[in-house]
Amino acid sequence: MHLKQDKPDNRNVLDTTAQGVIGAPLTRPEGLLKVTGTATYAAEYEVEGCLEGVLVSVPIMSGEVLSIDEDSVLAMPGVVAVISDERLTGRAAQGTAGEAPFQPAQTVCYWGQPVALVVAETFEQARDAAKHLVIETRAQDVPVDPEKVDTKVEETTRTGDLAHAMAEAAHSVDVEFTTEGHASAAMEPHAAIAQWQDDSLTVHASLQMLKFNRAELADSLGLKEEQVRLVSPYVGGGFGSKLGISQEAVAASLAAMHLGRPVRVVMSRQQVFQTIMRRSETHQRVRLAADNEGRLTGFGHEARVSNLPGESFAEPVLQSSQFLYAGENRLLQLEIARIHRMTAGSVRAPGEAVGVQTVEQAMDMLAEKAGIDPVELRLRNIPEKHPANGKPFSSRKLAEALREGAKAFGWEPRPRKPRHTREGEWWIGTGVASAARVHAVVEAKARVTLRPDGTAVVETDMTDIGTGTYAILGQVAGEMLGLMPDDIDVRLGDTDFPAGSGSGGSWGAASCGSAVFLACEGLRKKLAERLKVADDGLTLKDGFVRWDGGEKALTELLDGKPLDATGHFEPGDSTEDMAISSYGAFFAEVAVNHWTGETRVRRMTGAFGIGRVLNARTARSQCLGGMTWCIGNALTETLLFDPNDGHLVNCDLAEYHVPVNRDVPDLDVLLLEERDGSASPIQAKGVGELGLCGGAGAIANAIYDACGARVFAYPMAPNRVLAAMPQN
Amino acid sequence: MRPFDYQRAERLAHAAQLTAQSDTLALAGGTNLVDLMKLQVETPQVLVDIGRLPLGTIEAEGDGLRIGALVSNTDTAVHPRVRADYPVLARAILAGATQQLRNKATTGGNLCQRTRCYYFTNIDQPCNKREPGSGCGAIDGIARIHAVLGASTHCIATYPGDMAVAMAALDATVEIASENASRSVPVREFHRLPGDTPERDNVLEPGEIITAVTLPAPVGGTQIYRKVRERSSYAFALCSVAAVIDLADNRFTRADLAFGSLAHKPWHDPRLADLLIGKEPSLALFDKAADLLLEDTQGYGENDFKIPLARRTLAAVLCEATGVEA
Repeated sequence: MHLKQDKPDNRNVLDTTAQGVIGAPLTRPEGLLKVTGTATYAAEYEVEGCLEGVLVSVPIMSGEVLSIDEDSVLAMPGVVAVISDERLTGRAAQGTAGEAPFQPAQTVCYWGQPVALVVAETFEQARDAAKHLVIETRAQDVPVDPEKVDTKVEETTRTGDLAHAMAEAAHSVDVEFTTEGHASAAMEPHAAIAQWQDDSLTVHASLQMLKFNRAELADSLGLKEEQVRLVSPYVGGGFGSKLGISQEAVAASLAAMHLGRPVRVVMSRQQVFQTIMRRSETHQRVRLAADNEGRLTGFGHEARVSNLPGESFAEPVLQSSQFLYAGENRLLQLEIARIHRMTAGSVRAPGEAVGVQTVEQAMDMLAEKAGIDPVELRLRNIPEKHPANGKPFSSRKLAEALREGAKAFGWEPRPRKPRHTREGEWWIGTGVASAARVHAVVEAKARVTLRPDGTAVVETDMTDIGTGTYAILGQVAGEMLGLMPDDIDVRLGDTDFPAGSGSGGSWGAASCGSAVFLACEGLRKKLAERLKVADDGLTLKDGFVRWDGGEKALTELLDGKPLDATGHFEPGDSTEDMAISSYGAFFAEVAVNHWTGETRVRRMTGAFGIGRVLNARTARSQCLGGMTWCIGNALTETLLFDPNDGHLVNCDLAEYHVPVNRDVPDLDVLLLEERDGSASPIQAKGVGELGLCGGAGAIANAIYDACGARVFAYPMAPNRVLAAMPQN
Repeated sequence: MRPFDYQRAERLAHAAQLTAQSDTLALAGGTNLVDLMKLQVETPQVLVDIGRLPLGTIEAEGDGLRIGALVSNTDTAVHPRVRADYPVLARAILAGATQQLRNKATTGGNLCQRTRCYYFTNIDQPCNKREPGSGCGAIDGIARIHAVLGASTHCIATYPGDMAVAMAALDATVEIASENASRSVPVREFHRLPGDTPERDNVLEPGEIITAVTLPAPVGGTQIYRKVRERSSYAFALCSVAAVIDLADNRFTRADLAFGSLAHKPWHDPRLADLLIGKEPSLALFDKAADLLLEDTQGYGENDFKIPLARRTLAAVLCEATGVEA
């Protein structure tokens, strides 16, 4: 079955089927393997005769490699080769690039760029030799500080006259914010094992989007795609950092091709931090103009981000600002500074993860000026149609999320006045923020096979990066085929399977779920043809097929032969005709220490509308993860770059502070069921990223409500809170 | 990591003899040393495993307590006498690292823990502590976690630990043995200031092994360890205060204070006790104590915040100990 979705699918087929497993909070089929350490991750395959490679970086911020003295290490124990092939890549590919990232690696653009690979019999030998490899470079001075270079406008949306609206406004806010760079900080480091045999390359790797990664790797190496097979059934976290092929996979492949032996390359934690995508730091200005009742007449959001020269990605800070709130006079402008820090790319909800929280702080300031409850102010400013392009909204649970979330949290609906509650040394406060994230779907294929014994197999090169893909694809197929998910074998992460969407941009569930759905529709059609009944007249449940006038066991109908169908989903006009996004709301309670400015989140509620919920357990888990990132984003996470040579100084998990267990209190998640037929044929939208789009703003607003410190710089570390805290 | 020889010391004298050799380091819990070896910050040719030496017990010593050098941080923190008589030490240890690390880290190893300075741990950056004469990357770089007291133009690194800060407040003593001799050094004098030899963190000489830390007889009082940090666990202090405070007739009779993450050593300034003892607690008095403590501070931009933070943390601790309302 092929569907290019040009119009909404409001049939809600999954509500009419009989199995009753869609949406159920089922556990992950692969969960036991993961918690017992028996799920095999990329670096863990036992491959006979495997050599070990270690990437060699150079400590210059820009310049050329003049020479690499292989003889400096070739005599060392166990050393087999130094790979300095000009096909080595110095950077990772951007998400969905589908082509080689920047080559050759010997042209250095940021501090710590890998330029060669040392291969030895053991990892220890390779690591030692990597430190001894003599590399001659010519360095040049380049800008590393985004505050000190000229910027170029990337994108502008202008309607009406914002300056005039600001001047005429009854209440206005004009504030600037900064956010620091972030790392994806996935637990599993980037790793690959490459095997080259009979002109074919097989790579076990940790990657998010195999269809694109295969093209990127083939292009990097000068191979045909058909010569490359990627295997990535388990991924120990991606968060954007494994969207594109990265240096270790290309290096391992080249080494395997040169040496004719398998080669494993695992990045050190420091290399992951220093060479994989960062989220750009941002400098933002938010302007809000409102009338007496707090209704927006003007909305401005400007941002400066950075990237390496030549990189196409610009952190899309303004993405949801385009449509979240009303205001007829609008100015949105994104500028980019070209500097020599490692590549900026997709890290956990690019754009909204840093763009919504600033708007949400500004909205809070506006609520205070207008003397309106912050929840009410937001409700008053939900636009009727997309403010820039006039498109209708397909589905939107923003108002419900604000209302239901407020109820669940115990929000007191009143204008806020800070410093109202003190418990010993601690100021206590609460804050709210809206959540928004643009919806996306991408082309995806999946094959579903009914086996003669009445079980089924789902196959796609889709990945599960910890999100629950194995579970939800089994549920979609089970619901459609009348089988329990236990009877469905979901096979992922292998380019030998039909090409899925990959995991990224929260699109995996809706895209690949739709491909599986279409394959199952194809199977239902084939079954109906055998029975000579209309396919919408079939009821499939518990391995039986029922129709008006009869019932047969599925096994009987299959008659000893497998039956398969491939689903092929393509986005079409339906996603163009509508403004499709996921929405929600965050409520946070914090305690801020009067003496030290330390902030601890005491509780947090998130209410989210994500279209159809495919699995209530894994969807909730995604939201919990997002809200945990909100805490890190708000309070601790920051990439620190040396001002002189631009190197990243805090490049391990001891010094780059993601939240620890003790930082994360009970988090309450409300999933607001909705159906969005424009978003996908299974009426699902994305969930993975929404949970971190705005929540740091709720924490910021709670800090202000607690102690009166309005902090304009993220993360809101103790020193920044103290500096902003009124002293009396 | 450079290849190295591994030797296991069976006796203390043997360990001392071995570690007297050049490029030789003692290995206890390894939680710091092995990480630094992987980064090639430490490149010993020989590692002497002292893990089997009989230094793993906690025993009464007079009215005090003797904690063997190989007692794990966890065992020290949960020891009934430590919890009853030296709660500031138990609290300081539990404020540090993670459970897994505390299970492996030892008393002696923790005292020898090296700085977290970002430039020290990156061998492609200049660092006078790692490579004397190469310069200091931190002074003009990212100095967020660096010293505001007692630094030099050669080094602004801090001693990052928690345990030793409490030991400094308690006026504990480090027992040190070499092949033919032994000596005792107060914890307050064990770590050094960087001066022009920042490569030396402490007063240990080659061939010297820490055998124990001795705590004096318990003094009671209110014991507090206050650690300020961005996240609530597994983070080094931005600033910490260890305090042993006693009052009689609403006047200070004891005010033993030590400060962490402000200097190259746990910072103890005897003038604070002199100022406080005999006086009635008040916010004004706490401010004077902070003035004294912070008389000679120097910030390096990014870490300027530590100066007011130390003032406020000291006040917080003294308020908590004395009941003075903020």
